[in-house]
Amino acid sequence: MPVLKPFRLRSTVHDWLGAPVTARHGILLLVALMLSVCIGEVQAGPAAPSILATILKWTPLLAQGFALNIAMSFLAMAIGTVLGLALGLGLIAVTRPVRATSWLITQFFRNAPWLVLLFYCILLMPFEVRIGATIIPLPGWAKSTAGLALPVMANVAELVRGAVQSIPSGQWEAAEALAFTRLQTLRLVVLPQCVKRMTPPWMNLYAIVVVATPLTSIVGVSEAMTLTGDVLSSEGRTELLVPMYLYLLTWFFIYCYPIARATVALERRFQVP
Amino acid sequence: MTSGWPPELPLIRMRDVHKKFGAATVIDGISIDVMKGEVICIIGPSGAGKSTLLRCINALVPIDSGSILVGGQEVNDPKLDKLALRRKVGMVFQQYNLFPHRTALANVMMAPLHVLKRSRAEVEAEARALMRKVRLEGKENSYPGELSGGQQQRVAIARSLAMQPAAMLFDEVTAALDPETVKEVLVTILELAEEGMTCVIVTHEMGFAREIADQIYFTDRGIVVEHGPPAEFFTNCKDERTRRFLSQVL
Repeated sequence: MPVLKPFRLRSTVHDWLGAPVTARHGILLLVALMLSVCIGEVQAGPAAPSILATILKWTPLLAQGFALNIAMSFLAMAIGTVLGLALGLGLIAVTRPVRATSWLITQFFRNAPWLVLLFYCILLMPFEVRIGATIIPLPGWAKSTAGLALPVMANVAELVRGAVQSIPSGQWEAAEALAFTRLQTLRLVVLPQCVKRMTPPWMNLYAIVVVATPLTSIVGVSEAMTLTGDVLSSEGRTELLVPMYLYLLTWFFIYCYPIARATVALERRFQVP
Repeated sequence: MTSGWPPELPLIRMRDVHKKFGAATVIDGISIDVMKGEVICIIGPSGAGKSTLLRCINALVPIDSGSILVGGQEVNDPKLDKLALRRKVGMVFQQYNLFPHRTALANVMMAPLHVLKRSRAEVEAEARALMRKVRLEGKENSYPGELSGGQQQRVAIARSLAMQPAAMLFDEVTAALDPETVKEVLVTILELAEEGMTCVIVTHEMGFAREIADQIYFTDRGIVVEHGPPAEFFTNCKDERTRRFLSQVL
C-alpha cells in the first residue's frame, strides 16, 4: 500500500553532502593535523616556541569565536525555519498569486550565492534601527545572521513543499471525505507526517549553515575564522598557518560530525519497512 | 439532518450525470435513485466510471452536468456547502487511506473532534464502541502500519461511521485485500446494511453483491446498461454486455 511504501526523501539541498561523513574522515583529519604540527615544529626550529603550545595558548580566544559561529548558525536556522515554513505553505497555496510570489522568493534566495546575500545584508541593512525613542544597534554578526537566514528560509520552503507533495493524494481525499477543511487537513493530517520526512534533510541543512558561518569573516564578523587570521598575523609565523587552519577545521568537524551521524540514523529509521 | 427523511423520496437522487476528464467521457448520463436504508451495488468492467460516480456523490469530483441530490442538497450547485454534504455521506476507499501517524482510535476520533467540535469524552466513548462494532477491540492503540489490510479497512469503516453519516459509499473496499481478510470486511458491511444503513457499493465481489444488494446496477462506458434486484439480475439479464461481463467474473 502506497502510504507505507518505503520512502526516502532525497535531500533537495546539496546532493554532494548525501554521502555521509564517517569516523574515518575524522581520523584522517586528526592525522593531517598532527602531521602539520610536526612539520611546523621542524620548520620552526628548536629556538621558537612550540607550535602545540601556541595553538593551546590561543584556544580560549578561538573558542569564543567559535561560540559566535554556533550562535549565528542557531539564530539563522531558527529564523530561516520559521520564515521558510510560511513560505513553503505559500508554495502550495490554492491562490495563484500567492503561489507565484512564493515561488519567485524561493527561487531567488535558493539560487543566489550565499556570499552575495551576505554582502547585500551587510551593505543594505542600517547599522541601527530607530523605533520611537529606542535605538536598536545592528552589529555585523546580526546582519550576517539575517543574510544566512535568507537562503535557509528558501531551502526550508522547498523542503516543506517537497514533503507536502510526497504525501499520497489518498490522505487528502480521505480527509476531504471526512469534511475536514483544507487548513485542518494540512494541520492535522499532512504536516504532522511531513515533520518526520523533513527532519533528516533539515538537519543536513543545519550542518551546511554551520560550515557556512565562516563566510561572515569576509564581511568582518569576529568569528573563529576571522580570529584565526588575526592570531596568525599577530604571531607572524608562516609555519603556524597550516596547523592553525587544520585545527579550526577540526573544531567544525567535531561539531558537525554528530549531526551528520544523527541525520543518517534518522534517515534509516524513517524508512518505513 | 436526514433522520426524518421521508421514506418515499430517494435519499440520493442522480439524474443524467455527466463527467468528462479532458476528452475522455467517464460518466455519460447516469440516473440512479437510492432510497433510505437501501443498498445498491454498482458493478462493471474497470474504467466504467464507477469510482468516479461515487466521488461525485460527495463532491470530491465535480460533475459537468446533471443533478445529484443528497438528502435534498444539490451537489451540482456552485454555492454547495461541501462540508455539510460530506458530513452526511461517509466514504471508504480501496486503499483505506488511514492517517498513518495516528493510532486506530485517534483515526476514528479525529473527524468528530475537529469537524463536529464535539467533546472528547463523548467522542472517545463512541469511538471505542465503534471499534467493538467492527471487532477490533484491543487494537485501539495500534498504528495503521501495525494492522493487517482487513483490520485497517475496518478501522476506515469505523472512522467513517464516527461522523454518523446518513449514507455510506464503498469504493472497491476489498480490492486491495488479501483473500483471507476480505470476508471480515464484507461481514462488517453486511451488518451495517442489516442495521439499515444506506449504502452505495462499488465492488467486484459478485457473491457479496448478490447477498447484500437491494438493487444491482451494471455500468459500462459511463452508462447504466442494466439494473434490477439481484435474483433477477444474475439469473436472467437481458443485455449482451451484461451477460458477457457476468460470464467472465462468475
